[in-house]
Amino acid sequence: MDAALDLLAGVLLLGGALMSLAAAVGLLRFPDLLSRMHAATKPQVLGLLLFLLAIAVQQRTWAVIPVLVLCWVFQLLTAPVSAHMVGRAGYRTKHLRKDLLSMDELDEVVEHAANRRRKEADRASNE
Amino acid sequence: MMTRQRIPLLVELPLLVWLVLVWGALWQDFSPGNLLFGALIAFAVANLLYLPPVELGGRFNLLYAVGFAGRFLYQLVLASVQVFWLALTRGPHLKNAVVAVRLRSPSDLLVTATGHALSLIPGSLVVEVDRSTSTLYLHCLNVVTSEDAENVRRNVRRTEEWLIRAMGSREDLARLGMPAPHHLDGRGHQ
Repeated sequence: MDAALDLLAGVLLLGGALMSLAAAVGLLRFPDLLSRMHAATKPQVLGLLLFLLAIAVQQRTWAVIPVLVLCWVFQLLTAPVSAHMVGRAGYRTKHLRKDLLSMDELDEVVEHAANRRRKEADRASNE
Repeated sequence: MMTRQRIPLLVELPLLVWLVLVWGALWQDFSPGNLLFGALIAFAVANLLYLPPVELGGRFNLLYAVGFAGRFLYQLVLASVQVFWLALTRGPHLKNAVVAVRLRSPSDLLVTATGHALSLIPGSLVVEVDRSTSTLYLHCLNVVTSEDAENVRRNVRRTEEWLIRAMGSREDLARLGMPAPHHLDGRGHQ
């Protein structure tokens, strides 16, 4: 039984490590900031879960479970916020390559708003 | 002095319970004495460090919440593997897109929860939110054709639907039956 649980913990740890590898490969291979964001922030949601599961399997006490759950919950709450802030700032400061986008529906909205503002400014200066 | 509305204890209760659970988990001690002390601290923290209350939908369906969690985990694993595969095979020749998705619910909590769940799953990232029209702008990996974009929209709507069924208000539930708003008519609303 112990050997089986050890094996399970080992597999979970390897899975988590594989997710770190995925993040590293993505960082190297993906072409621009936003696509690298995907690789840098996302695989760790699953990666950390696998590591925490491995800890739970290895410790085998109920006392440790709430801390592990809390750990994952806080990651779930915080990771998207930081990813959103960096992604948003990256988009606004034009740190993305338009040629890599097959469509950009936010750009259309921004363009529309900018045109409207320009027209209003024109009207104001004519009056 | 900051003016504040009094929050009834009942509205504040979910927050207090959550804080007490966090306290117990951090000390790894769920004995009554520790929880009572935690409750005192939670009450003090919630009242001294005041934040606007989160407006809950007023209902909670455990069955749909469990279903949502299962779907989330499944998508998490699938998408993690997919992004890994994309990094290995496609790498620098990736085509992405920024897709606008209009959500049905005007509730801040549901828009946030939907955006959060989507951001956690590899392959989609919320770059901008239009709160007035509940529109999410998502940066998605490997979206080439308009059909791919339509798939993204369908998936986002389904995520929202699960969340609404789990914890949305009755008005949100009623909205589910109506036809979906067009994805870009947010432009007419300035």
